Amino acid sequence: MPVGILGGLRRGSANPPYDYDNNKVFEEDRAMRESMEFDVVIVGAGPAGLSAACRLMQLAAEQERALEVCVVEKGSEVGAHILSGAVIEPRALDELFPDWKERGAPLNTPVSEDRLYLLKSAGQAIRLPDPLVPKTLHNQGNYVASLGNLVRWLGEQAEQLGVQIFPGFAAAEVLYREDGSVKGVATGDMGVAADGSRKDSFEPGIELHAKYTLFAEGCRGHLGQQLRRRFELERNADPQHYGLGIKELWDIDSARHQPGLVIHGSGWPLQGDASGGFFLYHAENNQVVVGLIVDLNYVNPWLSPFDEFQRMKHHPVLKHYLEGGKRVSYGARAIAKGGFNALPEMVFPGGLLIGCEAGTLNFAKIKGTHTAMKSGMLAAETVFEALVDGDEGGRALEAFDERFRASWLYEELYRSRNFGPALHRFGALGGGAFNFLEQSLFSGQLPITLRDRDEDHARLRPAADFSSIAYPKPDGLLSFDKLSSVFLSNTNHAENQPCHLVLKDAEVPVASNLPCYAEPAQRYCPAGVYEVSGDEREGWRFQVNAQNCLHCKTCDIKDPAQNIVWTTPEGGGGPNYPNM
Amino acid sequence: MKILVTVKRVIDYNVKVRVKPDHSDVDLANVKMAMNPFCEIAVEEAVRLKEAGLATEILAVSVGPKACQEQIRTALALGADRGIHIETEDFPESLEVARLLAKVVEAERPELIITGKQSIDSDNNQTGQMLAALLDLPQGTFASALKLADGRVEVTREIDGGLQTLSLSLPAVVTTDLRLNEPRYASLPNIMKAKKKPLEVRTPAELGVQPRAHTRLLKVEAPAERKGGIKVASIDELVEKLKNEAKVI
Ligand SMILES: Cc1cc2nc3c(=O)[nH]c(=O)nc-3n(C[C@H](O)[C@H](O)[C@H](O)COP(=O)(O)OP(=O)(O)OC[C@H]3O[C@@H](n4cnc5c(N)ncnc54)[C@H](O)[C@@H]3O)c2cc1C
Ligand code: SF4
Repeated sequence: MPVGILGGLRRGSANPPYDYDNNKVFEEDRAMRESMEFDVVIVGAGPAGLSAACRLMQLAAEQERALEVCVVEKGSEVGAHILSGAVIEPRALDELFPDWKERGAPLNTPVSEDRLYLLKSAGQAIRLPDPLVPKTLHNQGNYVASLGNLVRWLGEQAEQLGVQIFPGFAAAEVLYREDGSVKGVATGDMGVAADGSRKDSFEPGIELHAKYTLFAEGCRGHLGQQLRRRFELERNADPQHYGLGIKELWDIDSARHQPGLVIHGSGWPLQGDASGGFFLYHAENNQVVVGLIVDLNYVNPWLSPFDEFQRMKHHPVLKHYLEGGKRVSYGARAIAKGGFNALPEMVFPGGLLIGCEAGTLNFAKIKGTHTAMKSGMLAAETVFEALVDGDEGGRALEAFDERFRASWLYEELYRSRNFGPALHRFGALGGGAFNFLEQSLFSGQLPITLRDRDEDHARLRPAADFSSIAYPKPDGLLSFDKLSSVFLSNTNHAENQPCHLVLKDAEVPVASNLPCYAEPAQRYCPAGVYEVSGDEREGWRFQVNAQNCLHCKTCDIKDPAQNIVWTTPEGGGGPNYPNM
Repeated sequence: MKILVTVKRVIDYNVKVRVKPDHSDVDLANVKMAMNPFCEIAVEEAVRLKEAGLATEILAVSVGPKACQEQIRTALALGADRGIHIETEDFPESLEVARLLAKVVEAERPELIITGKQSIDSDNNQTGQMLAALLDLPQGTFASALKLADGRVEVTREIDGGLQTLSLSLPAVVTTDLRLNEPRYASLPNIMKAKKKPLEVRTPAELGVQPRAHTRLLKVEAPAERKGGIKVASIDELVEKLKNEAKVI
């Protein structure tokens, strides 16, 4: 089959040469780079970035002003890297495109029923009676949808409004003006070999200069991390907290399908200090999505979120729907769930952080789409106002803070500020009770704020403190192994390029992570990128199969030594999620 | 010299193809689409000829639904000068595509026509050949090297067990094989410029062709799933299994 031939030829060897000292841009290449000028450059075509782009062009059209807006997206197309639940609250969309229905936005399945379960054991569950379901988890008026498809639609709207979208181009570097303000971004070089040399197809990156640059990379953005450090954006914030969401899309038996049914739950199989929650949403066309979000503050390094998810699907509550069905797609993505208390300063000279890049997700609702969109729209309005006033760019747009504080977004995040910390402090049951009282009876207005100041990676305890976890073997019907799963994400990275997962110190995995934590990367990575091979006598080898990476960012978050840096691979690489 | 290249919109080669639950076809809903890799090679070859000063104009043609214009834009970003989109509701069969292309060739009179040897979706490997036959032109298929000299084109073909080199009079049809070249990346400025290059939309009716269906798709089936391997205890057992179970020796 020619697809196979091509695949073989282009993908090449399974394991790229192991190289830590990479991603360097040669000075001569930097000098050679072309540049392009825009009013606004947006990094990332997710809900936040595209909403900002659309809002900017709408305002420009209303006031008959010319505006050059460009969006770069590392996925091969808009939506290719988007993975979400998703139950979508249309509040921000209603504001951005009041006529979204006529415009054909792919929100076709209204939520018809909400159910909440506590899984007690592998076979038992209790369903919470409706009156006990926290208010934030009521979903009337919301839609079960594929966020990837909604984003594809948003991309079309943006293009029609005159936005230049460039999928397949990763923003690899932040550019600064002499006064230290952000001047834009540079896209990564294409056609660089693993050893750093140029291939025949070498194409240098391009500098995209802008008056203002909006960073909308989503959770744990690679450039966002650099900006947070450079401008000390986290000075007044609690550490961000994360979860790893693993999700599958299934075709199921039509007799078991109930469009719009939304199921959430927690409990089994996560045990001890590990927490998280699962979701199972009935979408259109006899499809359901099923997923597990594992909080990344877990302490037991033997825990494997992937295997927890696989075994969870055998629980009768989930199996009931999945049995006899066929898995269609697989993927994973981290979420930033720290909420209000972990929000950094979003404004810095020359730009803003928006959406999950800043951490606007409302964890009490497990929803980040409407909030990401709204933050993008507020940023767009702020930037547009400045440009209309003749702003030449590069300033810190403090006016954003006022706009933000006056918005429903601020109010919503403020109300939910105690949700995550309560779970962390009081555990699933106590925290759940606190949250129920606070969210349902007091609508988040209790005058107390719980804080959570431990960073997720620092919570990991030595492997010797626990016995390893024996996960059941996948049965190939409901549960699967990692490799066949990654296969369904359609992920690929051009062969022979520098490894985009950079180890600050190449010795750390084998020298300290392995003896102390049994190198947890082998288990937390949902794509099997990290492997340890060898033995006591021959010595251990740490291997990075970077071509399998799903861009979930977990390694960047959870490595106990904070030694792994996720950087952008060659543009277009990564998953190709359909309908996720 | 004018070169005509054909570009087809197909499912991206990274995507694991999924068969619809009712087996009526492959599922293309929200699936990443891309230019057929062999067409990319055709475009690249034409661009190289132009860069070498041997060609003056590159025309990229695609037949299919409206979305095919994305692939024409890609060809324009890679260096083609203008595009023609022949808009149809579905993807017509190879013979109909060849008939439509023949009309464009008659009107545009390119001296060289480069097509992919096949598209990775339907794997037919016949459009280039049919086009050459309809136009009564010489053809060089499975090209792994191409040289223009003295008003002729020299095509090195990959054939079973070796290489064959042909010299064709022009105009001629050449179909590309994998080793002809390694396509370049479209640069960001070129993608922007491509948005302004001319792209003409035509209908089959305007070209005087009424695409017909000659075949019917009855059923699509996914390849059988690979069964897990087994461990054998001895060489004898291996030989026994290869003989009696796998029946390969
Ligand atoms: C498993 C799971 C379930 C969820 N369920 C729900 C739900 O039910 N409802 C809900 O509302 N929300 C849900 N969310 C959250 C929601 O998906 C996010 O809040 C939302 O996607 C955030 O949007 P964003 O635009 O900020 O970032 P993202 O959606 O992450 O988009 C960022 C985009 O930027 C691109 N990008 C990143 N870095 C670069 C770079 N350097 N250069 C170029 N491009 C780049 C990425 O490829 C991506 O396309 C869920 C999330 C997960 C993981
Ligand atoms: S390598 Fe890191 S970012 Fe990539 S899939 Fe694994 S954990 Fe996620």
